[in-house]
Amino acid sequence: MSAHQCGCEGQVKQAQADEAEKYVKLAQIIDEYKGQRGVLIQALHKAQGVFGWLPEEVQIKVADGLDIPLAEVHGVATFYSFFHIIPRGEHTIRVCLGTACYVRGGKQVLEQFEKELKTKVRGTTEDRTFSLEINRCVGACGLAPVVTVGADIYRRVKLDKVPEIIAKYTGGK
Amino acid sequence: MPLYRSHILVCTGTTCVLKGCTAVQSALIAEIKRRGLENEVKVVETGCLGISEKGPVMIVYPEGVTYCQLKVSDIPEIVEEHLLKGRTVSRLVYTGPVTGEVKPAHPGRQKEQRIVLKNIGIIDPTSIEEYIAYGGYEVLGKALTQMTPEQVVAEVKTSQLRGRGGAAFPTGIKWELTAQAKGDNKSVICNADEGEPGNFKDRLILEGDPHCVVEAMIIAGYAVGAKTGYLYIRGEYHQSVAHTEKAIADAKAMGLLGKDIFGSGFDYDIKVFKGAGAYVCGEETALIESLEGRRGESMVKPPFPPTQGLWGQPTVINNVETLANIPHIILNGGEWYAGIGTEKSKGTKIFSPCGDVFYPGVYEVPFGITMREVIYELAGGTKSGKPFKAVLVGGPSGACVGAESMDKTFAYEDLAPGAGALIVMDEDKCIVDTVNNCLKFFVHESCGQCIPCREGTKRMYEMTKSWTEGQGEEADLALMQALTSNLALTSRCGLGQVAGTAFATSYKLFPDEYLSHVVGAECPTGKCTMTNGGGKNNG
Ligand SMILES: Cc1cc2nc3c(=O)[nH]c(=O)nc-3n(C[C@H](O)[C@H](O)[C@H](O)COP(=O)(O)O)c2cc1C
Ligand code: SF4
Ligand code: FES
Ligand code: FES
Repeated sequence: MSAHQCGCEGQVKQAQADEAEKYVKLAQIIDEYKGQRGVLIQALHKAQGVFGWLPEEVQIKVADGLDIPLAEVHGVATFYSFFHIIPRGEHTIRVCLGTACYVRGGKQVLEQFEKELKTKVRGTTEDRTFSLEINRCVGACGLAPVVTVGADIYRRVKLDKVPEIIAKYTGGK
Repeated sequence: MPLYRSHILVCTGTTCVLKGCTAVQSALIAEIKRRGLENEVKVVETGCLGISEKGPVMIVYPEGVTYCQLKVSDIPEIVEEHLLKGRTVSRLVYTGPVTGEVKPAHPGRQKEQRIVLKNIGIIDPTSIEEYIAYGGYEVLGKALTQMTPEQVVAEVKTSQLRGRGGAAFPTGIKWELTAQAKGDNKSVICNADEGEPGNFKDRLILEGDPHCVVEAMIIAGYAVGAKTGYLYIRGEYHQSVAHTEKAIADAKAMGLLGKDIFGSGFDYDIKVFKGAGAYVCGEETALIESLEGRRGESMVKPPFPPTQGLWGQPTVINNVETLANIPHIILNGGEWYAGIGTEKSKGTKIFSPCGDVFYPGVYEVPFGITMREVIYELAGGTKSGKPFKAVLVGGPSGACVGAESMDKTFAYEDLAPGAGALIVMDEDKCIVDTVNNCLKFFVHESCGQCIPCREGTKRMYEMTKSWTEGQGEEADLALMQALTSNLALTSRCGLGQVAGTAFATSYKLFPDEYLSHVVGAECPTGKCTMTNGGGKNNG
């Protein structure tokens, strides 16, 4: 009888390799901006593009690399709503609650997402598939209420569309 | 180069993308190929055509027929009927209000006067050649080779153009101050941080005609003696970033940016900076902080940017729409521009009616137009057909205006338009609930530096929230008014200063609605759920 092979080992190795590759990319980003002034926000944009969020380790590397105090890097990372210092779900669903969307029922849409995902706003689902956030206007007010999932945008979202939107990203799970 | 007999402009604006224009576009290209028309028909991408409502949208030139709500399955029919047989597919033709050269079927559109939006939906925003073919960069040549910087500034002063970002400061004077200030590394900043709910005009300009803004920024740089221009675009505007980056690269390749532009000895470069999601960064001093790589916190003024801005150097900062007027002013002269509009408000203004209106969208009209014309004729009145209740002019930071102001005119001396958002509410909407939402926006977006704004917006939010839950007390109303004026007087920047405006103005208009929430624990529209069961008085 052959030993049961679960394949975990391979997966762990792959994850480690992925992680290492991300740090190589980070080093390239830092090199690109080194020695220039006013580049912190653009560098963090790119770093988050690689990691999906800004782990402490990444903030430290950016601070060292760009010769900016860590406190300032952290200050910037926490000031802007684009940057995340806690891990995110694979997809971020944002329901717009800007005034134009609000008057067209954005709040009810948000509540529906909360119900369907069983998580509160600013929370992440247990399986880390989704993070639920709000937007304060994405400049598509003519199509209110607006929901974005990553780069995808859904307009005029009605309550019964909510499960459909979620299903698109779970592959029917 | 093939000579095309038809051009098809497919809108790839943000909202059309969401509606699936990418698949429609690929299907179109494939079908054109399949029919062997690729040397006769050219497909180009354009930015938002202002009718996203009906997306995906495309316009077929030279006929100028607009097709809307397209599906991939409609494409073979359009290619077969329209492109091969020359017959319009009438079931797909758009008959609502349309931008561009297309004949307006919607009478309201005729009230438009397009100067800034002239190219939108007409040219391919990713093609510098097309911009040039439509007269682009000619004005830049004129300014750089035939005018002194002082003459450019004088022309802008004559036009009496005022800032379109909300504060309405005279642009010519701002440029003059910057030109006269001492500094060897001046900058021009284009403020494209458009973040206030209800505003989406700057996005339309950057997506649909990025070269116009680039050209204006170069002219501004020449006029004030700047070396660098910065385009600060909000992070959510992916397509604006993409189009402007391409525009800048193409302009560079043609020598319209860089060293010795038009042999005038003028060197100038433009950089794009992506914001990271903070509304306060639209405020000019916070924007400069952000450009310098820090938290976007507003600074005390003075000093003002024209004397001490980016990196401590004199800096012009202008809104996208303000700048987009510049090439037209230089081309036609300040006198021409000053002939449009009213006594004190010159030129056109772009409005973005949204909320409960029939045709939300972006409309450019001369100053002096009445609110009635914009809301009823251009935007088609309320979507539900129910009576109009109120409108937030400029967005959450603006005044709440009711039906009694319908015949007021949009002008700085009458009804100030703010940045142009018109968030319309019909009679079903609860004012208290909406104002509570506006306050939530300010709580979230306050940079937190000054206590009146940080704590005041929070208290105002909590108080209005309690009203929507039937937990208010009569004394609250006086407290809210005190907070409103307190914030107006003591906040460092505009965000805190105007946070109470929507409340104060709507309270004047709808005192009974407030009283019934606060004292009677009842919401007349039934929108608010009163947690104490509601109806304090009758129960
Ligand atoms: C909280 C706040 C947000 C602002 N947001 C914007 C904005 O998104 N875009 C803009 O052009 N101006 C914005 N402004 C106004 C700018 O501070 C500044 O007055 C303007 O960019 C100047 O350009 P203009 O003279 O061409 O209007 C904002 C002001 C405040 C107080
Ligand atoms: S008023 Fe508000 S946003 Fe402006 S500086 Fe003060 S705390 Fe910041
Ligand atoms: S308010 Fe939601 S997109 Fe503008
Ligand atoms: S995004 Fe296509 S018409 Fe506006």
